[in-house]
Amino acid sequence: MNEANCPMDRDAVIARYFLEHRAKLIDLAAFLDRIDRAGGDGAVVDDFRIVAMRKAIEELLKHQDGRARRIQEIFSDHSTDPIAEAPMKGALGAFNPDEST
Amino acid sequence: MYIDPHVHMVSRTTDDYQRMALAGCVAITEPAFWAGYDRSSAQGFFDYFRTLTDYEPKRAEQYGIAHHTWLCINPKEAEDLGLAREVLQIIPDFLEKPSVLGIGEIGLNKNSRNELMIFEEHVDLAKRHDQMILIHTPHLEDKLKGTKLILDALENADVDPGKVLVDHVEEHTVELVLDRGFWAGMTLYPDTKCTPQRAADIFEIYGQERIWINSAGDWGPSDPLAVPKCQQELRARGHFEDMIRKVSYDNPFNFLSQSGKFRTSIG
Ligand SMILES: [Zn+2]
Repeated sequence: MNEANCPMDRDAVIARYFLEHRAKLIDLAAFLDRIDRAGGDGAVVDDFRIVAMRKAIEELLKHQDGRARRIQEIFSDHSTDPIAEAPMKGALGAFNPDEST
Repeated sequence: MYIDPHVHMVSRTTDDYQRMALAGCVAITEPAFWAGYDRSSAQGFFDYFRTLTDYEPKRAEQYGIAHHTWLCINPKEAEDLGLAREVLQIIPDFLEKPSVLGIGEIGLNKNSRNELMIFEEHVDLAKRHDQMILIHTPHLEDKLKGTKLILDALENADVDPGKVLVDHVEEHTVELVLDRGFWAGMTLYPDTKCTPQRAADIFEIYGQERIWINSAGDWGPSDPLAVPKCQQELRARGHFEDMIRKVSYDNPFNFLSQSGKFRTSIG
């Protein structure tokens, strides 16, 4: 048996989740402010993670279903061939176009 | 009542077993994974496999939880081909153990050539020994590419997709996995992978066939009670109890039972 879609209505979804996501939005704003206030050299906007994040934020404003998936794709490596050697164990959260091999 | 089909109990305390049991956990499966550091020899894996097949089932049993495992050398240690092949040689000795369900969690980490080669050698081992497969897909920015490489390699190897679960799917990979006939797993993590809310969304969007949820609890930020928390989320949204049971009990039960070795503490 497959249930399609959310059994809650729109008002209920907003009432249940609004505060949680309002807080996440303010967290995000404060994070971007923190980067501006922080010392260090180089233009912050050049960091590949923040560049990807700004693109993702633009995606949020579109009135089109599939935002979560499209944002996941913005952060992803879209190359198709295996790389020569693993450079590290972890991942950084956004694909770095300058380090693609 | 629930099954957590992917949790690394070697990194958790006995208190976690107790809390999971109190929350309704009746069975778990524990895939072999990275220890947070590279093991120095194949002997290190031999001892790890003994822990997974001998010691951990006894610890779980004390809390009424049936413990099972999957064996492999994980992709984070697969860059060293020599070590990886030595480990591949000791795996068959453990496959007859009563709680070993198959080969896992194999897959890719950084999508390198060596990782892919060792992945394919594990798939070949699974085929030769008629074993089920549990697959780890890469983290974050590497997930989409790695999932595609893995699915292509599985199709090239001509494995039965009904006996393969591709884990850690998210919004951008779930459809790729399900469309090709494989089973999909969603991992519920606080910061990376899915939250219980997003997992509930994915059930609503993509349905509840061939898909399960797990905590993948380990030594990093993770929550061994993530599965019952997702049950709670689905309940709060008004989903039916049989839907909740399907994704947190029936689906893992049906997939894992294909091994012929899976059981829960209630039967
Ligand atoms: Zn894992």
